[in-house]
Amino acid sequence: MNSLTEKDRPIVQLLLSTGTCPRCILRFCCVGSQMLYRHPHKDLMKDLQEFLKSSQEKEDTVCLDVADPPCKRLRLEHGEEGADDLNHNGAIPSADNGNSATESSAVKVCNVCLGILQEFCEADFVKKVCQKVNSADYQFTSFVFSVSLPPQLSVRERAAWLGMKQQMRNLGLPLAKDDIVQLKEAYKWIIHPQLSEELGVPADGKSLFEVSVVFAHPETDEECHFLAAACPDCFKPAKNKQSVFTRMAVIKALEKIKEEDFLKHFPCPPSSPKNLCDALEIQCNNGAVFVAGRYNKYSRNLPQTPWIIDGERKLESSVEELISEHLMAEFKADSFNFSSSGREDVDVRTLGNGRPFAIELVNPRRIRFTAEEMRRLQQAINDSSDKIQVRDLQLVTRSAIGRMKEGEEEKTKTYSALIWTDKAIQREDIAFLDDIKELRLEQKTPLRVLHRRPLAVRCRLIHTMRSEYIDQHHFRLHLKTQAGTYIKEFVHGDFGRTKPNIGSLLNRTADILELDVESVDVDWPPTLAD
Amino acid sequence: RAGPGRAGAGRALTPLCALLADVKGRPCEDFCVLQHSNRRVPAGICVITLAEAHPLLQSGKTIKNINYQISANCSRLQNKVSGKSKRTWLFIFQMQGAQFLTELAPLCRISSSDGEEYTIYSCIRGRLIEVNENILSNPALLQEKPSTEGYIAVVLPKFEESKSITQGLLTQKEYEEVLLKRRSSAS
Repeated sequence: MNSLTEKDRPIVQLLLSTGTCPRCILRFCCVGSQMLYRHPHKDLMKDLQEFLKSSQEKEDTVCLDVADPPCKRLRLEHGEEGADDLNHNGAIPSADNGNSATESSAVKVCNVCLGILQEFCEADFVKKVCQKVNSADYQFTSFVFSVSLPPQLSVRERAAWLGMKQQMRNLGLPLAKDDIVQLKEAYKWIIHPQLSEELGVPADGKSLFEVSVVFAHPETDEECHFLAAACPDCFKPAKNKQSVFTRMAVIKALEKIKEEDFLKHFPCPPSSPKNLCDALEIQCNNGAVFVAGRYNKYSRNLPQTPWIIDGERKLESSVEELISEHLMAEFKADSFNFSSSGREDVDVRTLGNGRPFAIELVNPRRIRFTAEEMRRLQQAINDSSDKIQVRDLQLVTRSAIGRMKEGEEEKTKTYSALIWTDKAIQREDIAFLDDIKELRLEQKTPLRVLHRRPLAVRCRLIHTMRSEYIDQHHFRLHLKTQAGTYIKEFVHGDFGRTKPNIGSLLNRTADILELDVESVDVDWPPTLAD
Repeated sequence: RAGPGRAGAGRALTPLCALLADVKGRPCEDFCVLQHSNRRVPAGICVITLAEAHPLLQSGKTIKNINYQISANCSRLQNKVSGKSKRTWLFIFQMQGAQFLTELAPLCRISSSDGEEYTIYSCIRGRLIEVNENILSNPALLQEKPSTEGYIAVVLPKFEESKSITQGLLTQKEYEEVLLKRRSSAS
């Protein structure tokens, strides 16, 4: 094993004799060669044992450089001296702390990684994971493998490190300040190529397809608890009844706790566990995809989102359901989030180019769609309902959604309102409306929304108006307004709480019979040529 | 009286009449509560107005003064409701700052030029949202358009009590019957 050198011998000796697996030993010796970790467990074990034997042959030569006599006594067979050394450090040797690492027939569960770098690197586990992935029927071109480790692994890692430190101090040898290879990193070095081969796609940190595994080791769950006494402010009471001992909290406490305190409460090196970790859950998740478009609404009896009060649906269907139903089925997603550039009331139609919307499809199984397939999907939605129609249906990125929301606050809208007046009107009575530009309104929060919006006064602009006389009590008004203007209240005045209003301008009582959105002036999403 | 507009876009308001007159012993001082019936949420915001038989709405009455200062410590004008947040749950907390009213809580006192003084009552239980400041600057509005721009106040009933507000109040039809009875007993 050419990556290990002289200085590593006492470490290898100590760790091997206290129940640490070969790969963890390589980690503690700061071996950075990924290939080495992928060697079979048996081979690594053999190599380490040979490394130690070879060192013994050269022992005399080596020890000549170091004046300390105890070095000569450092042999694998001299269990007693080894144990004495440990006791000398004040650490509590556990009964399992065997020196039988050389000749054990059964593979002991590693006292540092609890089997993660042993059993869970083997082909069997890889197969298990891939079976789960394949049966979940996802479409993906790469994967990211994320692993959740039990917090006590950090505690054991620290304990092994402190044990090492003490041993080296006792031997009068320097301990290099190199970085130990992190357990998760080594694990990924070993398992990624295997997963990649089985699944037929590369591992990629930026992949949207995530395979995640949660490991637990109930046998040693209480090992973290001593940290709560030592660093109480790191452990806040959990809200969801989950354990207070989260990975983050434990790591924080380990940073704070003093070495002496740690040694008082935890055996260094750590004891050998009876069991392996359990792989609790293997889950797959695809990153969300976003579908955008514009919708027209032709019904005066359709809410944008479902209308359910006390579990009872008040109106059948909704804009979002009519659109997302088909998308959910095609993309095979878990759920969706619908958003749009503003919204209209139940009784208001949306005409013209329609209103921009975006649907986030959560955890979709299918993610690849050609332009042709999107066109067909659009057609399917349009064929299924005459209440709504969609256009420009396309896949967009998450960042593109920002442009839609921008539009909501800043862009203009145009409307067409059918207005009734109590006193008769002639053409000349409404003609002046066409000449009014940039009419400034002050609108108090309309009564009809006061139960869900705070009381405030809004200043809004009516940019232009165009009137169409119908008869003595009716006319149609086309308006172009600032975003966020309440049109209905501008017409009937809302008890005088919107000023000026059509009633006050015409010196009559006015009310609105029908309202249509003629255009939402946002140039997103991009128009698609049909 | 109400055009087709009343049934049109978004203006679903049910008039319910409160005959506090009989309780307080003041003849004909009736009020009309316009409750918004929103199919979406049964929150039923209420607008407090004068009912048609109220003395202030009879011909010959001129309003001298409208005062929202109910007592030394309480002015309906200093009602803390406003907030800038759009989030509903924050709004609920803001509402708790608003003055809570019971049925007989006074909203304002109006004096007429003939020396009479009238107290306008809340008529319903709930949080005071706002009082109409337009009638302070233009008292004639109260008499010209008592059911719209001349309203007195806006009150939001407690969510649970929203539906029960209608009990104890009269429908438009029932009120008209009361008016008929008054006229026949007077003559």
